[in-house]
Amino acid sequence: MIRGWHNMRFGFAQSVRLMAVLLFVLPFTAQAVAVDDAPLADPQKEARAREIMAGIRCLVCQNQSIEDSNADLARDLRVLVRQQVALGKDRDQVEAFLVARYGDWVLLKPPFNLRTLALWVFPPFLLLATLTGLWIRAKGVRRKTSIEPRPLSEEEKTRLAALLDQEGGQP
Amino acid sequence: MRPIVWVPLIVFAALAAALAVGLSLKPRDIPSALIDQPVPSFDLPPLWDKGTGLSNTDLASGDVVLVNVFASWCAPCRIEHPFLMDLAREGLTIFGLNYKDDPEDALAFLGELGNPYKQIGADRDGRVGIDFGVYGVPESYVISGDGRILYKQIGPVLPQNRAELRAVIEKASAQ
Repeated sequence: MIRGWHNMRFGFAQSVRLMAVLLFVLPFTAQAVAVDDAPLADPQKEARAREIMAGIRCLVCQNQSIEDSNADLARDLRVLVRQQVALGKDRDQVEAFLVARYGDWVLLKPPFNLRTLALWVFPPFLLLATLTGLWIRAKGVRRKTSIEPRPLSEEEKTRLAALLDQEGGQP
Repeated sequence: MRPIVWVPLIVFAALAAALAVGLSLKPRDIPSALIDQPVPSFDLPPLWDKGTGLSNTDLASGDVVLVNVFASWCAPCRIEHPFLMDLAREGLTIFGLNYKDDPEDALAFLGELGNPYKQIGADRDGRVGIDFGVYGVPESYVISGDGRILYKQIGPVLPQNRAELRAVIEKASAQ
């Protein structure tokens, strides 16, 4: 096998296989980033703090949560979240604390309110509109194939009679 | 042609326009949650022994002032510093919030580039910065005479921002 490796051509199939492996493996490497600061002594509170952190956006790196990020501010915010959880604050209170300072954007999952209405409503609306459109179209196609042929107009009848006459009156 | 034929095209055009606008927005410019809110309460020590620190009561001074968040380790702060010096010379009161910095480095920074600040608070652990919603340095805040945050500039304040800054300050001063 190993001997054969040098001779093996790195063709399309191999490249697809490599891509599949990478796609499978890479998401796990992102999860493996260690959080370097001190966890809370109470494992239950630590778990709650971690859960909250996973939903807080790191404002420096923008598409990471503060739990995943190595940015300085993310570490400060982790310390803050842990402090608040240690004081007995629940998720809503910690999130409200951060939203008051950084705005809704600090939450990775945007809240449902008037400003985010379009964001939440548009995708289901688009799906519904597409399905409705397809349904109407499918219904139209079915109707067209199943309806009786349109009766001949007067003009067509005379043309048909003329053609039949030409061929000797027998259909 | 039936008008319904145009619907997908119109939907596509609308979506493309919305996305084009979205692309032109700067993702780093996060609107401040604190606009029109009073400045958070804080009381920070000075950078040097006999200096004056900075607290929220200093900011409600009756005049429109600028609060500049800076640090010696922040490269864009160096770029904006000469313009802050200009603004201070022109009579604008600027307060400094020295963010997560070593006081000695901060003093060396000011020694080299000049000190445009009336007072400086040393926010060594960045806690006050978080209360201000700071997520990158430099940031600058225009504060009204009664201590409300009127405007936030993310990134360096540069001569090309002069007109906008001037407009905000003049509007606030007129009130």
